Amino acid sequence: MSRPLIYLDHGASTPVHPQVLEVMMPFWTEAYGNPSSFHRLGRAAAHAVEIARESIARQLNARPNELIFTSCGSESDNLALRGVLFAARANVGRDHLIISQIEHSAISNTAIQLRDKFGFELTILPVDHYGRVSLDQLESAIRPNTALISIMAANNEVGTLQPVQDIGRLARESNILFHTDAVQAIATRNWDMQELQIDLMSIAPHKFYGPKGIGILYVRDGVILEPSLTGGGQEEGRRAGTENTPYIVGAAEAFRLTQEMLPDWENHYRSLRDRLISGITSALEPDCILTGHPQERLPHNASFAFRNISGNDLLMHLDLAGIAASSGSACMSGDPKPSATLLALGLDKEWAAGGLRLTVGLQNNMEEIDFVVSTIPHITEKLWQLNNALQRTA
Amino acid sequence: MKGTFRNSNRDFSNTPNREQRVVVAMSGGVDSSVAAALLVAQGYDVVGMMMRLWNEPGDRQNVQFNRCCTPDQMRDARRIADQLSIPFYVLDVKEYFYETIVQLFIDEHLAGRTPNPCIECNRQIRFTYLLEQALSLGADCLATGHYARVRKVNDKFDLLKGVDYNKDQSYVLHVLNQDQLAKVRFPVGMYRKEEVRDLARQFQLPVAGKHDSQDLCFVADGNYRRFLEKNSDKAANPGSIVTDSGKVLGNHKGLSFYTIGQRKGLGISASQPLYVLNKDINTNSLVVGPREALGKRKLTAVGVNWIDGLQPEESKLLDIKIRYKAKPVKGFVSEGGSGQILVRFTESVFGITPGQGVVFYDDELCLGGGIIADSGPTEVAAPGSVAHKDQ
Repeated sequence: MSRPLIYLDHGASTPVHPQVLEVMMPFWTEAYGNPSSFHRLGRAAAHAVEIARESIARQLNARPNELIFTSCGSESDNLALRGVLFAARANVGRDHLIISQIEHSAISNTAIQLRDKFGFELTILPVDHYGRVSLDQLESAIRPNTALISIMAANNEVGTLQPVQDIGRLARESNILFHTDAVQAIATRNWDMQELQIDLMSIAPHKFYGPKGIGILYVRDGVILEPSLTGGGQEEGRRAGTENTPYIVGAAEAFRLTQEMLPDWENHYRSLRDRLISGITSALEPDCILTGHPQERLPHNASFAFRNISGNDLLMHLDLAGIAASSGSACMSGDPKPSATLLALGLDKEWAAGGLRLTVGLQNNMEEIDFVVSTIPHITEKLWQLNNALQRTA
Repeated sequence: MKGTFRNSNRDFSNTPNREQRVVVAMSGGVDSSVAAALLVAQGYDVVGMMMRLWNEPGDRQNVQFNRCCTPDQMRDARRIADQLSIPFYVLDVKEYFYETIVQLFIDEHLAGRTPNPCIECNRQIRFTYLLEQALSLGADCLATGHYARVRKVNDKFDLLKGVDYNKDQSYVLHVLNQDQLAKVRFPVGMYRKEEVRDLARQFQLPVAGKHDSQDLCFVADGNYRRFLEKNSDKAANPGSIVTDSGKVLGNHKGLSFYTIGQRKGLGISASQPLYVLNKDINTNSLVVGPREALGKRKLTAVGVNWIDGLQPEESKLLDIKIRYKAKPVKGFVSEGGSGQILVRFTESVFGITPGQGVVFYDDELCLGGGIIADSGPTEVAAPGSVAHKDQ
């Protein structure tokens, strides 16, 4: 029987919204000029880029010049860390970075490279069993030479929200810059950058119905960045490279839609997510637990850990059942390791290999969710049986 | 908010409406790729799967071509699966493979035997572990790219040689039982290797020209002596090289570095060519002698599997292979006591090697086999008997 795919991996990427696609179209074949060009086609493109920048700035209550367009969320993270740290070391002699234990690899691997290859100091803060950092621990990690705190707004795997407002206040009081990777969180709430004490923020439009291949970095006025991509002086000399006009225009439209529709969309997400959480945990307790914070979590994220099940096996069975999901421990190359995030939350190996992340989106409906809720227990039952059978053969 | 999206992503998601699901074990090589393509062409609901086995860490430059499970092989297999529009999954079997197959390979060598890891992998992993995984995914059967055939006669399943006798792999499949044969398929077994390459071209699979894979998939450079030395501190255990009558001719580097029938690399000089006859674990000595002394007419074997569950009559003349690439020789099989079988050949057979499989055939029908434990006393070759060289 043919069943349509049920896509529950919006935390990985989303389809481009038809309205977003539409506004991008003229910039492929009509207004295709280089925004740096002198002539009218160049000016038209440059205008579109600036209108897009203004639109995003308005949504964030920020200034247009505080937004840098990059190629992806990872580049935004890289620019934030490298940009701040290289500038701070050169200008004010500060060379210490604080991150959390469950940052996205775009942050953690960059931070480790900065420590190991470039001689910066690095503190990696532990998290509690929900995945939250402690403000006390953060405060005591601060040193006179601390240049930057980078703590994600929401975890990509378990969906836990960090207290960015409190972290920002602490950073501001300590005269330290605060960067947050908001790639997962950005579309799930409104942001007022005048009120929030966030100095830098990474954004990836393909997580909210915009195109892939574009990222945004918010950089508060006055923050000095050493550019990591040098060249033609675009983005006020902070990120060289010809502006990607269609993607920038698409990103702005996606962000506008997201912010305007937020109350509706969020209710939709929450109702689906809550059904996933209650349906799956109640069917499979105690061999399945919700991971991350029960309340302080992304409205579209339902994440679980299963005892003695490999996330790879689970995804394989879900895929064949027509359900697209993801897992922090799974990988395409068959070399799964226990999820570092789940280990950091204090789960042991028995659980940490069996993570599952379901992230709902606009086009999901309750019928799909009910199907998933009723399918997962069949799959886990089969996998537990298989494990027993394999243990007998071993 | 509903209806704002065209359901365009749903066009990709057709779960095939086909009765039978087949999991095909894909290695990225020609044979398993063609096996997958044939099954797709036959209309099955095909799922590709690759086992990620343990292999020796090695830097990229020193890795030989066509090793299993390298990133390149994985990319090739995934590329084929995508081209065939079938799902493709990689199963992590590294730890289990190391504990069973690699450790056994090392232990057997240290015990003076020369194991065939493919046989053990088929016995302990491919047609058990992988088959179980396949069945749990709702598959009716598991297909591989082996050159062999399964024939159903009434309620019984026969294992037959592949039609390409030069490529026949029934030797490493002799461990299968009726339950397993009921659930396996060998789609390329009815083709000759050249035909399989032609099929690969017809299916436009970008693997048509690839070389065959190696037997020791987990050894970085295919050099098992180096592998043993590196992975076991007991392998390099020097001792004496002696003749049958006990005369010391020189020193060896460790018994596991030598195989029965080996002539080159012994580092001794003598008036006539000398061959490894035996590895005496008790005295740690390597017994050498003239080629005639390699000829044996008996062997005992353990770990025996009869595919239809029945041992052949003692009087039945069988075709017998004592290693994968050996020509069959004639002989009989009988009970050897304590779970062993005794095999008697009608002529002297050279190079019987403990640890290798001994596999029995009635023409193209594979009857089963076991693992060689010991070879009988030396039989001086009768005049006119043919020396059986490896192919």
